[in-house]
Formats: sequence, structure tokens, C-alpha cells
Amino acid sequence: MSGIISYGAYVPLWRLSRDAIGAAWGRPSLGGERSIANNDEDTVTMAIEAVLDCLAGIDRNSVDGLYFASTTAPFREKQCATLVAGAADLKPEIVTADFGNSLRAGTTALRAALDAVNSGSAQNIIVTAADCRLGYPRSDYEQNFGDAATALLVSKNGKPVANVKASYTISNEMYDVWRLDKDTFVQSWEDRFIIEHGYIENMSKAISGLMKKQNLAAGSVTKAVLYAPTARTQQQLARQLGFDPKTQLQDLLVNNLGVCGCAHSLLLLAAALEDAKESDKLLVASYGDGSDAFLIEVTAEVDKIKTGKRGVKGFLASKRMLPTYERYLSYRGILEPQPGESFRLFPSASVSWRERNWSLRFHGSKCKNCGLVTFPIQRVCYQCQSKDNYDEVRLSDKKGKVFTFSLDNLAGRSDDPIIPQMVIESELENARIYCVMTDCDPKEIKINMPVEMTFRKIYEGAGMYNYFWKCRPIR
Amino acid sequence: MESIKDKVAIIGMGCTKFGECWDLGLDDLAIEAAYEAYEDASIDPKDIQACWFGTVTAPVTGIGATHGVNPLKLRIPMTRVENWCITGHETLRNACFGVASGMYDIVLALGVEKLKDTGFPGLGTGRGMGPVLEARRTSPGSFSLIATRYFYTYGLSPEEGKTTIGKIAVKNHNNGSMSPKAHFRNKITLEQVMNAPIIAWPLGLFDCCGNSDGAAAAILVPASQAKKFRVDPVYIKGLGQSFDPLLPHARPKFDWLNWDALQNSSRQAYEQAGIRNPREELNIAEVHDCFTITELIIYENFGFSAQGKAKEDIDAGFFELFGGLPVNADGGLKCFGHPVGASGLRMTYEVYKQIQGKAQTPERQLKNVKLGLSHTFGGPPQVSAVAILGRDLG
Repeated sequence: MSGIISYGAYVPLWRLSRDAIGAAWGRPSLGGERSIANNDEDTVTMAIEAVLDCLAGIDRNSVDGLYFASTTAPFREKQCATLVAGAADLKPEIVTADFGNSLRAGTTALRAALDAVNSGSAQNIIVTAADCRLGYPRSDYEQNFGDAATALLVSKNGKPVANVKASYTISNEMYDVWRLDKDTFVQSWEDRFIIEHGYIENMSKAISGLMKKQNLAAGSVTKAVLYAPTARTQQQLARQLGFDPKTQLQDLLVNNLGVCGCAHSLLLLAAALEDAKESDKLLVASYGDGSDAFLIEVTAEVDKIKTGKRGVKGFLASKRMLPTYERYLSYRGILEPQPGESFRLFPSASVSWRERNWSLRFHGSKCKNCGLVTFPIQRVCYQCQSKDNYDEVRLSDKKGKVFTFSLDNLAGRSDDPIIPQMVIESELENARIYCVMTDCDPKEIKINMPVEMTFRKIYEGAGMYNYFWKCRPIR
Repeated sequence: MESIKDKVAIIGMGCTKFGECWDLGLDDLAIEAAYEAYEDASIDPKDIQACWFGTVTAPVTGIGATHGVNPLKLRIPMTRVENWCITGHETLRNACFGVASGMYDIVLALGVEKLKDTGFPGLGTGRGMGPVLEARRTSPGSFSLIATRYFYTYGLSPEEGKTTIGKIAVKNHNNGSMSPKAHFRNKITLEQVMNAPIIAWPLGLFDCCGNSDGAAAAILVPASQAKKFRVDPVYIKGLGQSFDPLLPHARPKFDWLNWDALQNSSRQAYEQAGIRNPREELNIAEVHDCFTITELIIYENFGFSAQGKAKEDIDAGFFELFGGLPVNADGGLKCFGHPVGASGLRMTYEVYKQIQGKAQTPERQLKNVKLGLSHTFGGPPQVSAVAILGRDLG
């Protein structure tokens, strides 16, 4: 029987009050706030954060597969899983795959990972799901959606925090919510139809099927972890299936996060695991072109795994409010920002490939002769001039502190005009790293301020997205 | 290793008006500077045997020495020189070596830069750090990293730090107001400097040099033949140049105060020129004030001020026009802007004219200038070039 060894989550720092969105359009606010990915984030960068949260304290060389799920992947052709695995500094000898096109992609990836470890074709697979969907400006979706990522490490061995006892899947073909290949915004059919014959009908079939298969009564489920487009629909489903919405229902997190596409059901599972105790039974169900349902039983390990992990709660608690709705439009490219960055060099595929060990994996070099650590990798040591005599050391998981900085008003884009340039000193051998700071209030930056590294999208050019590491105040 | 001292002389120099030369192309600037130098040296263009041609932003108009060949119609060996912000000095240095080697008797060093065709209003940035590290770097951003660390190291509040470097801007603008060829000729007050918009914190508008077009040129001959051309040739006393290995941003343990390139290049030039105490022996210094903080760290790395003591000298007016050691008597990069390939030669032009007693305006002429220094500094990684010029042989 396979189990979940660890879980991780990521919620962007920025939140937007739904009142601000409502006010922009003269419409009622749905209340609360939603998460907004920064203008240097996408589903790949968010997934990497969740993967790193999931792998806190776990040997990265033990991972032998990574599945990435998203309906808003930055690439149509080119895998995202390989990019996530590279930035997470996983070994190259792993299985990678992307899952997409459905709100169910996250749980489909989880099923595939469970099948792989159960069959013995892989030992440990990390599943990550991230989404950053766009509702039409003025639509309810725009207020309701959120941006987030989550990750689960599954294995047949090890010490699971929860065992996956059974699963049940329903496939369903209909236009309920969709995007054509050329669409930016989510389309949908009439609400009453898609709730009744899409959501309620398919979720009920999958969950009832699972409960029947497992001889499970509603009362013996500790928590129903149910994806839903809105909190009201979730409660309607829970009541219909015989769960007590007050005590048995995992909060949908819509009030302080939003509904985060194909990442959401796995994110709710991570949130449920944060509050779970030994022998709790979790019934998890996702929705999208059908439904996947899982029965999951929590073990005593669930308390031990929390060390070093931020999880859903940690990331939700760490936030800053985006000042305006217009800023959100610009962050998502709905309003085009004036680009700035006048002097950028375009990325080069061969340069990115050749320099991948420092630019993607964020390795520095540690001289075997004198021990000096330098970033980026130096073939000839700065201190003792030893040639090609170094080990690579990972700096992405090391904290640092600001050594010196500038707040550059020339280099930014119009929606983020100040670029905080940093020289930071890593906690690893005081290696110096030059980078930009993100997710911060420039006014609060000081010498010696503690920072951590985060993988971000730098800019677009030569038909490519260019990614690199930045630092941020510790969240 | 030999010294360059007293082997080469400058017998003519030219310098265009610096500024937003919308009506002058790169070719026009090259012609203006070269022909002033020909006239100053009383030579015919046909006398020139070789040319070193310095420019940085070549991709706008072409590469190689093309921009020198086309306007000047020279049918001689020509070499294009590019080495970041020290390009002007590198042009001079390599031309000097052409003469000192005995290979040529009359050569032209010409530096030209046409920045105002790029469409970007501020001082541009270097390239070469790669598509990811380079992503958001500008020159003011890079140099402000020095200021932030300097203020922190010496416990200066932002107000104290900005006041200290602000006085450099006030000084240079005062000098530049007397320079007919300067881009900016306005006097400014410390209050204006302090209240100016921030370009890259902590550097404000007046802490940054402008973005200008310009060109400057020098005619060089062996020192032994110089008096045949004019009564007041100016002699090359020392030429220093050094790089710092590795970006300062990435350099382990680097204190951001002691710059190898500055210290090495000035030491080489002082040793060749026989200078032991530059603060006392130099009569003028034209240094690389691309940003006010840059001029401050140059004081300390060149031995003009003790480490950490530049503030005391600034407050005492030591570097002002008629102070102990006048620095940037023509207004510096602050007032001329920094057309990269031209700057080193433009600074050398000021030292040359001051030594001859021919500063363009009498109120700026210093008394009895025997020994002067010109200097440019760029990167990253940092590279610095120093030329020391003297009035007398020996």
C-alpha cells in the first residue's frame, strides 16, 4: 500500500481584497481576499516553491520522479516537470511528466504516481500542481480564483504521514468550464446546469462509489476534503452525501486564498493533513471532467513531518496586500506594463543549457584546495588560483543576509518601478551572491537583513521565458 | 620591465563640445576632434602613420575601425580599441606603445562615442554579465551598491552620506560652469542635490553623470622629437592599467572599499612617474566621477585621502578648483557626461591644456601645473586606467 511521505504548499505573498475588485467594477464584493502571483511568478516557479516546502529535511537524491500538473503551464511544447526538477536540484535520473488540461490534473497526476510506486517502477515520486487561472475582468471568477501550488511526495516505502487506502474515478464529458486553445480567460456554461449535472452529479458518483467499495459510512469519515467552485456548492454536496458541514468539512480556503484550479484539491489535502491526527480518515475528492476520490488514513508520522515546513498555514499567514486592482491586471499581463529593463540581454538556449548548474540548480563552487565558496561557479579559484579543483555546492536552500543594496528606479517595469539590487552573503561560507530582491517593500531593506532564495521568471525574450533566482525577505 | 616615462609626448589635442549632439553623427564627432588635434599639432593628416580608434557602442554604426576610416579617409594601420569605460585611455595607452616601440613617429589616438542615438536618456549600462545576472542591472544601480556599503562601514547616516558626496557634485558643477565644451554648465546648490529625484538609492539625479556625445583626440610623437613641433609639448610620465578579477558582487570577502583596479593602476603610474606622495606632488587630477560616490572612493584608493577620511578633505574643500589638489577642474564627467570612448582623452585634454596654461577660460586656469593625472574606471568587473602627464622632461 502506498502512502504520502510528505506534503508542501505555496501561496504567493500578495493578496488582493475582493472589495477592491468589486469597487473597480461597481459590483458586489464576494468578501475576503484572494492570492495573486507576483509578476515574476508563474505555475512553474510556484510549483518549485511547493516542491521545496515538501522536501524540507528530505534527501533530494531519494526522489526518482516528478509529475507537474497545471491548466496554466507556461509552455505548450516543452516540459515543465524538467524545469521544476532542475531548479529543485533533483538528480537527472528521474521520471518526469506534465499533466494538464483539466481541473482534475492534480489528482490525475497523484493517481499516476500512486500507480507507479505501487507497481514498483519508481520508489518516490513527487507530485506538484500549480495554477494561476484568469477569470474575465468583472466576472465572479476573477474574484473567486486564487493562485497557489502544492506538492505531495508518495512512496511505497518509508514512513508515510498518511496511507492511500483506495481510490475511485469517474470520467465525464461536458462543457462546464473550459478554455479553447486560444483562450486566455475561463469560459463557462450556465451555473445551474454545470453545478447540477457537472459538479454535484460527478462528485456524488465518485464519492459514493468509493464509500460503497470501502463499506464506509459518512459518519466514519473524519474530514471530507472536497474541491468545489464555491463554498456554498461545497456545503450543498457535503449535506447531500450525509456529512456534517460544521464538523466534517475541510474549509475551502476561499475566503483568504481563492479556488486555485487543479492545485486546489491537493492543497486542501495538505491543509487537512496539517490539522490531522493519527488514524483520521480523510475523504478527498477533486472535480474536473469527472472526479477522482481517495480514502486516506493518517498515521502517527503526521506530527513529525511539520518541522521546517511552512505548509498552507505558514504561507497563508505570510502576506502583503496588493495596493490596487490595476496592479493585479498588470501583474497578469491583462494591462500591458511598460517593460523597462532597456538593456537586457536576450536569453540563449545554449547559454542557459551550458550554465544550468549555477543558473538553474544554483550551485556555487567550493575550492578543494582552500575551501573558498564562490557564486557563480569559478573554474579557477579567486583566492588560490587552483584550476578545475572544486566541488559544486547548492546555495538555493541556504539563507543569507544583505551585504549591500541599491534601489534602482531605472531598471524596473512600470508596475514595479523600483528594482532592489542586492549583494547578499550566504550562510554557506559567506559566499557572495548578486541578485534582485522580490516580494518586499523596498523601504524596509537594510544591510544585514535576513533573506532566502526564490526561483523566479526574469523576463521574456528571444521567444523564451528566462528564469533565475532572486532573494526575498524570509517568509 | 621598462617605464614609459619621457618616451612619448603629446604635441596636439582636440576635443569636441560634449552634449546632446543631435545634429552630429559619429563621423562628424571624429572629424571635429581629429582636425582640432591636427591644427593644434600643426601637422597634415598625411603625416599620421597609425591610428588607434576607441569606441564602445559600435553596433549602432558598425564594428572594427570603420567609423574612423570612413570620415577621416586615412589609409594607414588602424586598430579599434574597446575596454569598457577606460576605452579612451586604452586608445592613448596603445598609441603610446606604438610610438615608444619605435615602430611609428606620428600617431593619432582618437576616442568617439555617440550615445544619444540609443533612445535611452540615462547613462546606459554595461553588458556581459549574461542573460540572467544582467537582467536588471544599470550603472547607477551598480555604483549605488558602493555608496550604501560605504555609508554603513563608516557609520554615516543617509543624510550625512548624501551630503558628503553631494558636495562633490556641487564642486564639479561649479568647475563645469566655466567649461565652454561641457554638456552641463549650471552651478548647483547642495540643497538642489539633496532634493533631487532618486535614480538608484542612495544616488540622486545630481550624483549621476549625464548621457552625452563627444570625441577627443591626441597626436603623439617620440619625446625626443616633440620640440620640433611645438615649444610646449606635454610628456607622458606614467601609464597604469588594471582589472579586478571577478565581479565585485561575487568576490568573496570583498569589502567594497579597497578596489584592486584603482590601487594597482595608480601605483603603476606613480612608480613610473616617480611620484611618492600624489596628494602633494600632483597639481591636477581628472578622475572618473561617473557617480559622486565613485570620485570619493577614488580619493581614498589613489592616496589623495586616507581610507575613511575623504569626508574630512571634502568638507575642507581640498579638492576644489584652487584647493590643495584640484580634482575635475573642467567639471568632470558630471558636466561633460560620459561618451565612453571619448572620456579618457577628454580628461587628458584638460590636463594637457592646464599644463600648457591654455585652459579655455582664464578663471579656471590653475597656476604652475607641472604634473597632472587623468583616470577612467569602468566595468564590471572593474577596470581602471591612469595616465600621468608632465610639463618637463626628467
